[in-house]
Amino acid sequence: MPAVSQLEKTRTRRHSGVVRATHWITFIAFMALLITGGEIVISHPRFYWGEVGNVNTHPLFVIPIPASRDTVPTGYNYVMPDQNGWSRYLHFEAAWVAVLTAIVYGLYGIFSGHFRKNLIPKRADWTWRAYWDRIALYLRRKRPDRAEDSSYNVLQRTAYLAVIFVLFPLIIWTGLAMSPTFTSAFPATSELLGGRQSARTIHFFVSGLLLLFLFVHVVMVALSGFRSRMRAMITGNTRDSEEER
Amino acid sequence: MNPISRRKLIYGGVAAAAGIGGLATAEHLAKRYGLVPPDGAGIYGPGETLTYACQKLLTTRLPAREFSRDMISKNPFANEIAPPTEEFKRLQAGGFNDWRLTVDGTVARPTSFSLADLKSMPIHSQITEIACEEGWSYVAEWIGTPLSSVLNEVGVLPQSRYVVYYTVEKNLWGSIDIADAHHPDTLLAMGMNDGELPVPFGGPLRLRIPRQLGYKSLKFVRHITVTDDIKKFGSGKGSVDPDYGYAWYAGI
Repeated sequence: MPAVSQLEKTRTRRHSGVVRATHWITFIAFMALLITGGEIVISHPRFYWGEVGNVNTHPLFVIPIPASRDTVPTGYNYVMPDQNGWSRYLHFEAAWVAVLTAIVYGLYGIFSGHFRKNLIPKRADWTWRAYWDRIALYLRRKRPDRAEDSSYNVLQRTAYLAVIFVLFPLIIWTGLAMSPTFTSAFPATSELLGGRQSARTIHFFVSGLLLLFLFVHVVMVALSGFRSRMRAMITGNTRDSEEER
Repeated sequence: MNPISRRKLIYGGVAAAAGIGGLATAEHLAKRYGLVPPDGAGIYGPGETLTYACQKLLTTRLPAREFSRDMISKNPFANEIAPPTEEFKRLQAGGFNDWRLTVDGTVARPTSFSLADLKSMPIHSQITEIACEEGWSYVAEWIGTPLSSVLNEVGVLPQSRYVVYYTVEKNLWGSIDIADAHHPDTLLAMGMNDGELPVPFGGPLRLRIPRQLGYKSLKFVRHITVTDDIKKFGSGKGSVDPDYGYAWYAGI
């Protein structure tokens, strides 16, 4: 067999089985949380700061949409369909899926060295220069070099670290800070955030940041080769050969 | 088949077996220790059971969050109530002197209490937040007698597992587990913020369950049934809420 043909069949291992499985489970759970969270917000599209807030108090801001409850003054002469029941059931079930998946991923990340090897930026990249250089590559629409076939660049690492270690913990914390039973056990979870309504408002903004991440993530996947990146996250390899094992 | 995929197959098989075994054990333990909520079947069952079981194990004996007097909301929001029935109007016209709370079921001495009877029992007050599942909330002082004092009066039989409560509104009822019913913060509220409990807020009698969301704290309570079998009530899911798509347990 000629050498060239062998080269074509070389496959670069990109994502491990645990990363792929937890990625897609988290994606499904996140979509469920996003849709049901949106439905729950519609029942009271007013946000407050501090411990308490209701239609008799001043809102921090109001989303200008009709509500699914006729007790909320929205200025619209229309009440949206109420979807809170199943939305709440599914929201908390999906939250459990996300949290349990995160535990598996977190333990794997620590013990396999995934966090250390693939997510924490390389020591040489701990400079602003490294970030600017990679941004410049993006702006010039340069194809990523081969090193990025099997690992992440400094911008990806930073974004993923922020999502995994800042936004996800924060969305779980602010969610629990709204639970009257959970806060009876751990009042500080709510008090540290400024109260129940502050927790709700932060929960809303953090879900917005996660949605922004999802959007940018999908755009970047599309720009760097949608088919090959999707194949990598499904099969684990960037270059598929005919001989599937 | 090459060695790597065989090893993977073995690991996967062991992991799957451990997972299935673990789930079966968890289900057995959950049922044995009453950690499955009445609506714990169906597609949302696993999530509901996890939430209920975890919160129950964590917090069964812990008090609700309480607030300082200066945090009491100036303009609490009463939320909607159904138009009062003729019977309710009649009782209201009589100053609720004829309002009765009937307690029956698996109890030694079924009893009917007047509001005066309830007011002669130990009176507690709590400054707690009522939070609606929609997202809004307010803080108020609630004054009344703990449900546990009524339960002690009627003598709850040992097999009892749930306390079912009915309101003046037809087909509006709920239930809590026996531990929550005995919890010192579960209050038969008759007063609010140093006055009588106003009708829009559930007067003359509201069951206040501050460690769960507002929809568990039903207004106009007048009948309580202690039971060892929640399946006998309604569609068997512990309250009228699951029939409308809402979870029986509202600790989150």
